[in-house]
Amino acid sequence: MKGTLGRIVRIFVTCSIKIISLLFAVSIISFVLVTVSPIDPVQQYILGLGTAISPEKRAQIEDYWGVNEPPVERYFTWLTELLRGNLGESAIYRRPVADIIGERFVNSFALMFCAWLFSGVIGFALGCIMGMYRGKLPDKILKKVCYILSSVPMFWLGLLFLLIFAVWLRWFPIGFSSPVGVLSENVTLWQKIHHLILPAFTLSLMSFANIALHTRQKLVDVMNSEYVLFAKARGEGQWTILRRHGLRNILLPALTLQFASFAELFGGSVMAENVFSYPGLGSAVSAAGLQGDVPLLLGVTLFSAMFVCVGNMIANLLYGVVDPQIREVGE
Amino acid sequence: MEQKKETLLEIHDLSVSFRMYDHGLEQKDLKAISDLHLTVHSGEIVAIAGSSGSGKSLLASAILDILPDNATVQGHMHYKGQELTRERQKQLRGTKIALVPQSVAYLDPLMKIGPQADGHYKPKPTEKRRKLFERFQLPEHTEKLYPFQLSGGMARRVLVSTALITDAELIIADEPTPGMSLEQALEALRMFREMADEGKAVILITHDMDLAFEFADRVAVFYAGTTVETALASDFKTGPEALRHPYSKALWKALPQNGFEPIPGFQPYAGSLPKGCLFAPRCPYKTEQCEKQVPPVREIRGGEVRCYHGA
Repeated sequence: MKGTLGRIVRIFVTCSIKIISLLFAVSIISFVLVTVSPIDPVQQYILGLGTAISPEKRAQIEDYWGVNEPPVERYFTWLTELLRGNLGESAIYRRPVADIIGERFVNSFALMFCAWLFSGVIGFALGCIMGMYRGKLPDKILKKVCYILSSVPMFWLGLLFLLIFAVWLRWFPIGFSSPVGVLSENVTLWQKIHHLILPAFTLSLMSFANIALHTRQKLVDVMNSEYVLFAKARGEGQWTILRRHGLRNILLPALTLQFASFAELFGGSVMAENVFSYPGLGSAVSAAGLQGDVPLLLGVTLFSAMFVCVGNMIANLLYGVVDPQIREVGE
Repeated sequence: MEQKKETLLEIHDLSVSFRMYDHGLEQKDLKAISDLHLTVHSGEIVAIAGSSGSGKSLLASAILDILPDNATVQGHMHYKGQELTRERQKQLRGTKIALVPQSVAYLDPLMKIGPQADGHYKPKPTEKRRKLFERFQLPEHTEKLYPFQLSGGMARRVLVSTALITDAELIIADEPTPGMSLEQALEALRMFREMADEGKAVILITHDMDLAFEFADRVAVFYAGTTVETALASDFKTGPEALRHPYSKALWKALPQNGFEPIPGFQPYAGSLPKGCLFAPRCPYKTEQCEKQVPPVREIRGGEVRCYHGA
């Protein structure tokens, strides 16, 4: 019991150290990139004010923000504020960045989680079917579908779905996360889900072909293994073999892939949210990028780095649970 | 003596070939087993001896119909007098015909030994399996281990138990003893002997000639995918003068206790088999006839031999 607890604490500490050092590296790199980029944060701030400003006033702001100080000093000023939990104020939304991320992430999380679950389950199931019928007709058809899906650009697919399901069939709304003209406290859960389905489905199509093809390949390898040959020699049928040996042995790579797809998922959500005008983190980051909102851009960058890193960490931890060979070494 | 017993498995002119890509898209058939004859009676242990690549393990796969997809099988196999069709092979494997595979790689790396040895059978033969493990001196916690945690010898004993759990009438053991201590190997073979004495049959594929001669009733000598000779085990104990085929004699002389004397040349590769007798290129007694035509199987002194000159 004591050993298990010690192990968990140790894993937790190592993970935390890794995440913190990663975030530190990301903060340096993104800060450098913003510094050398042509974006002038002061100019963007003034534009956001919406009023003209005198050169003296502008000089005052520059002085107050410390724009003319050396970059290293500016970095440490930023970092100190960051550690205090102050991510700054968004130039385009005029609100603290932390609040915007928190609010937008709830929307994005619902979207990404649905897409993630959907692509994982469907991808895994289709991968199993393809693997079991390897070389036969169902495999050939599904494989082609997967190739087509993974080579079609997602924004185009999103537009196509909008055209078919929202414009022609009118099954789903054309965009946003809630109906237009309804106060946010009056929006029902069903309305939220209704707005979520199409973007989530589009987003899931991005990674599910990948997961299906990987699962298929792994299952083919397993089915060609010696232990499956022996299972066959002991009289186990195809589906018994899948249940007893197949699933067990392809679960680990599928999980890895599933948790490693967080990065893709985040990238995809930027696209999906823009196509469907969905107010999530993805559309916030593209707005911040296009309008030079430095505090929001940096905030989302750090947040997404953490998000992806946590995903990969979870995959690492799950290895130990699923694979006895790794668990044994850990002990 | 054996002739009175029921013939369990009869194999006639069995050939197994593999379709392979040769140069570019050209396909080529590689004959790994050619014109193989083997008869197994209930109540006996037949040892199959021969060097690596002589098709011993392939024969096991062919009997169970677990060959890869690119393999084609020709010839006849009869089980209890009835043609062994694919449908029957499917019914018999794991129930009436059991395989003891070669290595730990044949165990699912992610499944614990207990449930794995129990297999998919219903009801679960857990009690029977525990008794077998005990007999094989496998510690009680073995059932909670994963295959990678077993030593080589433990893995073999687990593999042997998987076959003994079943009510198989025919057990095909593919090199069951390496890695076991002498005592454990003897125990495994004693159990095979017991099963044979109960009226079951065992095909023992082995490199360990001494154990084979000691426990088997008959020995089939494989060479380049065919049986060159099937003789009583006692003939091998007697020496080369009791044997019929020049390769069997050479094999006997190559054993450490019998002079350790190799013959020149190599077993032919499956892609470049000679036209006539497969052993002819290395045979000191070969004649023109041997190089032209494959010799038929002849019965000499209670054994079978595929040679024009065997006596």
